[in-house]
Amino acid sequence: MAVNSRTAPTYTDDTVRWFALATIVWGVVGMLVGVIIAAQLAWPDLNLGIPWLSYGRLRPLHTNAVIFAFGGCALFATSLHVVQRTCQTPLFAPGLAKLVFVGWQLVILAAAVSLPMGWTQGKEYAELEWPIDLLIAVVWVAYAVVFFGTIGIRKVRHIYVANWFFGAFIIAVALLHIVNSAAIPVSLTKSYSAYAGVQDAMVQWWYGHNAVGFFLTAGFLGMMYYYIPKQAERPVYSYRLSIVHFWALIFTYMWAGPHHLHYTALPDWAQSIGMIFSLVLLAPSWGGMINGIMTLSGAWHKLRDDPILKFLIVSLSFYGMSTFEGPMMSIKTVNALSHYTDWTVGHVHSGALGWVGLISMGSMYYLIPKLFGQKQMYSVRAIELHFWIATIGIVLYIAAMWIAGVMQGLMWRAINPDGTLVYTFVESVKATYPFYVTRLLGGTLYLSGMLIMAWNTVMTVRAGKAAVVPVPPVAAAHA
Amino acid sequence: MEILYLLIPLSAALVLVILGIFGWALHRGQFEDLEREGERILQYDPSHVDDDQIDAAQQSKQSPPV
Repeated sequence: MAVNSRTAPTYTDDTVRWFALATIVWGVVGMLVGVIIAAQLAWPDLNLGIPWLSYGRLRPLHTNAVIFAFGGCALFATSLHVVQRTCQTPLFAPGLAKLVFVGWQLVILAAAVSLPMGWTQGKEYAELEWPIDLLIAVVWVAYAVVFFGTIGIRKVRHIYVANWFFGAFIIAVALLHIVNSAAIPVSLTKSYSAYAGVQDAMVQWWYGHNAVGFFLTAGFLGMMYYYIPKQAERPVYSYRLSIVHFWALIFTYMWAGPHHLHYTALPDWAQSIGMIFSLVLLAPSWGGMINGIMTLSGAWHKLRDDPILKFLIVSLSFYGMSTFEGPMMSIKTVNALSHYTDWTVGHVHSGALGWVGLISMGSMYYLIPKLFGQKQMYSVRAIELHFWIATIGIVLYIAAMWIAGVMQGLMWRAINPDGTLVYTFVESVKATYPFYVTRLLGGTLYLSGMLIMAWNTVMTVRAGKAAVVPVPPVAAAHA
Repeated sequence: MEILYLLIPLSAALVLVILGIFGWALHRGQFEDLEREGERILQYDPSHVDDDQIDAAQQSKQSPPV
């Protein structure tokens, strides 16, 4: 089609490109820290007696790096790409979008310095101290302005379902962050939560579980609903179901949080509500998973030949697995066994490595060549290799943690006829050792896959150059 | 558990907001002819997309009325 490249508007892909490359960099860094702390759990001496390298400080660095740096950059890149393509318009306020990129990288760097220093609010997944929290709030509002501004200037009346998921993710994360991070500063590096005791715990897990629901689920479902149909070259199996999936998910998610506080000082009825809502969530989650996988219905052969589709579809099967496992673990009697054990760690990683990781990698493999004017990645065989290494790594990881977790739970609850405990705690730690080593092996495989991806990305970027994509005339094509 | 006096009204307000947005989407015709919307992102041929899917304001700006 004849488009005058000088006068026709072009998509604002600079920010998307930067975020895509940052995703790869932070993926390598965050997973490397994960491998280091996995090794520390098997061999505690590896902290070398240096406080900055101790497990307690590196663990939040790992979680922040993989969730907010790797996952966050992937969400920024894909949401800003998808919203432009589906609304057929360049970004609203492109300058502000660049500031979002710079601001978010500053947040990441501040985390990388402050967490090893031990400056923390002590709230899981919300460790960063108050000055960084303020920066996050500013960046997030700017992001919301860019995203919703772009929806506002869309040229197509219908708002594609992926944008609904991204939009809900943006609004919910803003709300969660502001409520949970409310704190009273006493110095630049120290603050106290605005809430106390069990109140604080309830706010924390209202935040914590909804962060899983909206950051790690809704946002990545946005990716799923755009990149799977694009890569498979087929429309989503049932677009109608995808709409139902969206509304059902956001109506039910908000009250699942108390399942993190079973058998604590939280009132029993609040725990039960958390459990019931968690069980209800199984329905929309599985509806969405089946919808995504069935997109390949009638074209299953594509799964055999296309490693990017393997990433995307297998990520959905892990989504299905962990959204089945999660509600099961929220049942109080199951939770009595699983809580505080490594089963929880396995569950989180089946979602994190399997769902969030694989869907991000698959989306990046689709996106990166297009951003650099290439037809496909430098090496498609390397994508295939990455897929298998990553999948084997995940299976080793979660199987080790399942066995370790159930074993720990059973050892802790074993009681002699006279009412004393059969095992001391340290005996359960000792028994876990081989599973920690297996987990380290799985994590190392997963990191190796990420390194292959980084190499593949460098080669792809070197072979191409920043692509300038004209916006097709209204109501025409999607690039 | 005074915190529930914050969290429950917040969740309830949120449900109302979500209902409001759902109502807006319903009345603005976001859910009409859904199956075609699923295919739109795959279409490369301009002629596949009908005029009624373009915002009226945009349409009047970009193409003169026939």
